[in-house]
Amino acid sequence: MITRFLWQGMDRSLRLFVLLVLAIGVALPLLNQLTPPDSAFHVPAWLLQLMGKYLCYALLALAVDLVWGFCGILSLGHGAFFALGGYCMGMYLMRQIGSRGVYGNPLLPDFMVFLNYKELPWFWYGFNHFWFAMAMVVVVPSLLALALGWFAFRSRVTGVYLSIITQAMTFALMLAFFRNDMGLGGNNGMTDFKEILGFSVQADGTRAVLYFASAVALALGLIVSAAVVGSRFGKALTAVRDAESRMRFLGYRVEGYKLFVFVLSAAMAGIAGALYVPQVGIINPSEFSPANSIEAVLWVAVGGRGTLIGPVIGAFIVNFGKTWLTGALPEVWLFALGALFIVVTLLLPKGVVGLWGQLKARSQAKKARAPA
Amino acid sequence: MPFLRPLAMLLPALASMLASGLIAATAFAADLPALVGALTTGSFGDRETAIGALAASGEQRAAPILEALAAGQLYVRKSDNLVLIGKPDGNQLALSEAISGKSAGSGSEAALDRVRVNNRLRGVIEAAVGSLTLMSPDAKVRREAAEALFKRRDASSLSALDAALAAEKDPRIKRAMSEARAASVLASDAPTSQKLDAIALVRERADRDSLGVLEATAGSATDPEIKTAAAAGASAVRQTLAAWEAAQNVWYGISLGSVLLLAAIGLAITFGTMGVINMAHGEMVMLGAYTTFVVQEIIRTSAPHLFDASLLIALPLAFVVAGGIGILIERGIIRFLYGRPLDTLLATWGLSLVLQQAVRSIFGSSNREVGAPSWMSGAFQVGQINVTYGRLWIVVFSLIVFVALIALLRKTPLGLYMRAVTQNRPMASAMGIRTPRVDALTFGLGSGIAGLAGVALSQIDNVSPNLGQGYIIDSFMVVVFGGVGNLFGTLIGALTLGVVNKFLEPYAGAVLGKILVLVFIILFIQRRPRGLFALKGRSVE
Repeated sequence: MITRFLWQGMDRSLRLFVLLVLAIGVALPLLNQLTPPDSAFHVPAWLLQLMGKYLCYALLALAVDLVWGFCGILSLGHGAFFALGGYCMGMYLMRQIGSRGVYGNPLLPDFMVFLNYKELPWFWYGFNHFWFAMAMVVVVPSLLALALGWFAFRSRVTGVYLSIITQAMTFALMLAFFRNDMGLGGNNGMTDFKEILGFSVQADGTRAVLYFASAVALALGLIVSAAVVGSRFGKALTAVRDAESRMRFLGYRVEGYKLFVFVLSAAMAGIAGALYVPQVGIINPSEFSPANSIEAVLWVAVGGRGTLIGPVIGAFIVNFGKTWLTGALPEVWLFALGALFIVVTLLLPKGVVGLWGQLKARSQAKKARAPA
Repeated sequence: MPFLRPLAMLLPALASMLASGLIAATAFAADLPALVGALTTGSFGDRETAIGALAASGEQRAAPILEALAAGQLYVRKSDNLVLIGKPDGNQLALSEAISGKSAGSGSEAALDRVRVNNRLRGVIEAAVGSLTLMSPDAKVRREAAEALFKRRDASSLSALDAALAAEKDPRIKRAMSEARAASVLASDAPTSQKLDAIALVRERADRDSLGVLEATAGSATDPEIKTAAAAGASAVRQTLAAWEAAQNVWYGISLGSVLLLAAIGLAITFGTMGVINMAHGEMVMLGAYTTFVVQEIIRTSAPHLFDASLLIALPLAFVVAGGIGILIERGIIRFLYGRPLDTLLATWGLSLVLQQAVRSIFGSSNREVGAPSWMSGAFQVGQINVTYGRLWIVVFSLIVFVALIALLRKTPLGLYMRAVTQNRPMASAMGIRTPRVDALTFGLGSGIAGLAGVALSQIDNVSPNLGQGYIIDSFMVVVFGGVGNLFGTLIGALTLGVVNKFLEPYAGAVLGKILVLVFIILFIQRRPRGLFALKGRSVE
């Protein structure tokens, strides 16, 4: 029932896209595991890791697009939700190290021993259980989004004001997480993870599974987003984006709509962060930096806001460019990134996906004109 | 030869005169070696007397010799028993003759005997040096000696202080000496009435040292009258100190607030009057700072005598550079994005990345050295507040910029146009105001002011490509907190945030204080989404 409902919520191209994501999610790990290293079809582990990272970024971009593209809330603080999810995962992974740390303390992570902690801070309790950590991955970012959104939407903080306070939020969190007193690793963050659910984080097999999980998470994110956006609720959401006051006058509780989608989006960002951390092997406070959040917004802008496929494509394009340019021409990267911001906002307000649509519309118009 | 008689009578007189002069001279000269010699021999008790004698001699060399003795730097050369002062100089000792002060080359400790002292002797020496320097011809030395004795509060220095007080002419030093005397009286077994007077005198001084004196007296006194007087005095001093500390915090807060004001005021123009989010605003500040750097470099290489004027030269240049780039940005990018504030935000963010990287490519990513002209270095005291000239000038400068900007908006045609366009764009346009031109000039003005801020900030912050990023979020906070479109709101917002920040710092630490301020503003915006001083009426939407 539910699956059918979800499936019907999507149009044909989105269905194909979800299948494509899943296919890549299955194919790459299989090619990595089953082909010999010298085969032409072999997918090396680093590529798998890179693609896994991009998939997490794509999920984050989808989360940003859900609030920005469909509800008009430009959040410049989604990196904070991503990082919080990552920290929850990081805490679980730290607890799994156990007595294999440098100091060999069975209970306390290394940085706590180093900082002379005598016992585990209260907020670390429970993170030795995988299920608890996974629950927190969703709960912590959602709660933050709920609190911020509750206040902000009720007092009708909109537009650039909301953007600025979300930016201030992630900036404040960054400063807070940089403090050693927070009990979350200070400026070094958390790293040196050993295993997840008993499997070594470094092993190729674990990597393959994590990659697959990221692909599934992205596919699920797409399906859920499509269901939300395609429903009556989604229509109201789009209406809020385009004419908030009018919706209010028509009797809709605008803040409720916004709050729901904001929290949903934060939860998605948290999951993306949680999948990201074991694949890159580190989480530190710089993930909170406002620049990261704005970059995520750029992925959406490049791909095409207000579409579901767009942010995924945008995240892949921009990050592929980043990986390539920072390796080949590090000086040029910031120029390219900055120029991309300007070009996309000036010339491609609908992004790459929109460009496709524009070109199609133009060719159709040409075709329509031709016989006459 | 009768004329020889008077000569013969004169000669002995002359001779005796010469002799007495000689004797007087040699008496000093002979005295000092003897006194110094006595320092190096005999028991510790003998040496104590010798120290007293040397201090009482009033010799110029007495103070350095005694200080060297206390520091364990007085030596006797084994070969010829010459007393030397040896200051550590690498592995060797830089030697000088104790009596004449002349340099005696360097030598190793092996050839020397150190004149040994114990803690008791060190105390005696300190008191002796204190009383020696009390009589010094140099007013600064006398004053420092009086301060040192105040902190030492030693009954044994009373007599020296009394003598110095009688001779002292300078009223301020006299004051310091009588305070030192009061502190010494409190440490002595003087009668209660004298002690009470002393407590009153120490209480009037009202600083951290006098608090220490009074607390010690309250703790050690046996006489209940003295005890209560000292305790009352201590609490009075504590209150005064707290008031000074608050005043100091207010000053620091104003200083920080003026920096915020400088950074935010240009933003208040572009964001407040045009509704444009300029994320590259911080980079305009940075360009101003780099302009200062370039101006100073040119002055350093070609006209060093102009160095003190470098900032004044940099000010108009920074305004022109940042303002010109601002106009280019407005004409090239922002004018296509009016009515799409979120897109403007993204485009200007991209621009800020480009500008940062451009500066990094040209000047390198390391911090650049911008010097302070002589009239900006140094500090002075107001009561117990320490005010540096650099900070004072920045406060003054930010207020000048603020007043000039207000005057520009209120008194000039351009200001009139700007206000008209802000309040009602279509109507202003209908009245014949060329709104695109006003937009460009407004944006240029806001950016130019950011450039001016950069000149000031180059004095207190690292001039690096990241300079602007540190200010952008703070500036937005100030503008939003103060109320968009209201320059007085920006002033009050900047000063409030500055002061609140500085008052939080002692309790919460710098980082946590900043976090608390950010959280406070986030909550504040929820309560008053349009800031402290919101524009009312139609222009809001």
